[in-house]
Amino acid sequence: MTRSIIRYTALSAVLLLLLPVVTGCRSCGTKPEEREPDMFELREADKRVLDEIRQAERIFRSMPSPLESAMLIRQAEARFDRSILNPVENASNYTTTRSMALNLGIYTCNLSYAGLYDQTRIIIDYMEAAKRMAEGLGIMDAVSEEAVQRLEENINNKEIIMDVVAETFMNSSSYLEDNEQTAIAALVLTGGWIEGLYIATQLVDMSEFEDNMLVSTIIDQKLSIGILAELLDENRDMAAIEEVAGQIDALKAIFDKITLTSTPISTEVDRESNVTILRSEVQADITPEIFIELREAVADIRNSFIK
Amino acid sequence: MKIYRLLPALLLFTAFSINAEAQCKGFAKRVCLPLLGNYTHDGNYHAAILVEGEEAELYKTFYANMDYRLAILGEERLPGVRFRVYDSSRNLIYSNEDAEEPSVWDFRLEASQQLMIVVEVPRDSSADRLPTSGCVSIMFGFRVR
Repeated sequence: MTRSIIRYTALSAVLLLLLPVVTGCRSCGTKPEEREPDMFELREADKRVLDEIRQAERIFRSMPSPLESAMLIRQAEARFDRSILNPVENASNYTTTRSMALNLGIYTCNLSYAGLYDQTRIIIDYMEAAKRMAEGLGIMDAVSEEAVQRLEENINNKEIIMDVVAETFMNSSSYLEDNEQTAIAALVLTGGWIEGLYIATQLVDMSEFEDNMLVSTIIDQKLSIGILAELLDENRDMAAIEEVAGQIDALKAIFDKITLTSTPISTEVDRESNVTILRSEVQADITPEIFIELREAVADIRNSFIK
Repeated sequence: MKIYRLLPALLLFTAFSINAEAQCKGFAKRVCLPLLGNYTHDGNYHAAILVEGEEAELYKTFYANMDYRLAILGEERLPGVRFRVYDSSRNLIYSNEDAEEPSVWDFRLEASQQLMIVVEVPRDSSADRLPTSGCVSIMFGFRVR
């Protein structure tokens, strides 16, 4: 037993010393994967352990990005209202990791919303606010000068604006994932999603509640809040997440009051376009009272994020 | 499983992962992103180092009245990545196994649904070598109809 511990500890120490060689030797003549068997003669037991590590299942929980949230609002034919955005002047108030992460998501959603409604005068301001949040989080290459310039030169081109927003958001999220800052990445997504929900709920005209496309879009978010709750749960060991997770759990309890039932999905392929159509019917039941409760809860959470 | 027995393999695994994770972003942007064609990338980043024989699951809500393109691609050194799409009751909706273009799937929904995507890097169990690892990237594009 003791000998085994010594043997494995020694092997670990050797591997630890070799880490910089393996990970840093990019200019060496032989590729790392070609050297692997020579450098480490793995015995059967080690291979078994490696196999067990490989079996560890990877689970991704994908939330609507701020761009997708804004697109859903646009698609529901809602109007643009600048007064409900988080003012860019607030950016200087955000100095903690939590507030910068949440507001990176919020400002990216505001930027997407403005971009999709041709609000050319404020797009650059919101891009700068998002850049400030990203830089505060240590993500220096999220919003490059090149991206800002491309935006300025194509301020009337919606497609390019969307491309730039998607690229900068991906730069942020990939940086956070690569640096194992998944809790911060989860906060960014939470901020963006809550902002989209906040904008949507604020834009609903209660006198046109029935058959309202925006209300349908809001109800659909019931399908995503469970994913978000699980995403935050996975990172609950971070103090900043704990509070946000509690807020999302409370919001989920309100979404749970909405009934959403679906028929099984049947598929059909459009031979001409090669697009698969997923056919199903969904029945949703929400009362104006539940909607108002939801709208107020979303506003409380969002206002706590932008404080 | 005694924890000390995990140490060497864990370090070995970490060593190769550190460099590879950083390269994964480059692969996702350079090779997978162009597969979205004229669909707008949603901006989300999902990529990971997978080993032959390993599976990954992804959960996402897709919305009615949007056209979507799902692009899933593994690095060249990996065997062709397989993926299957299930509904929330785990009924199979789509598999790329016999698809002409196995890296992309275009779809649209009549009603919003949460779907599960299972990605698998197949493993040749008869091969007398350690399984290969490489980056697998999953990307979504959308456009309004």
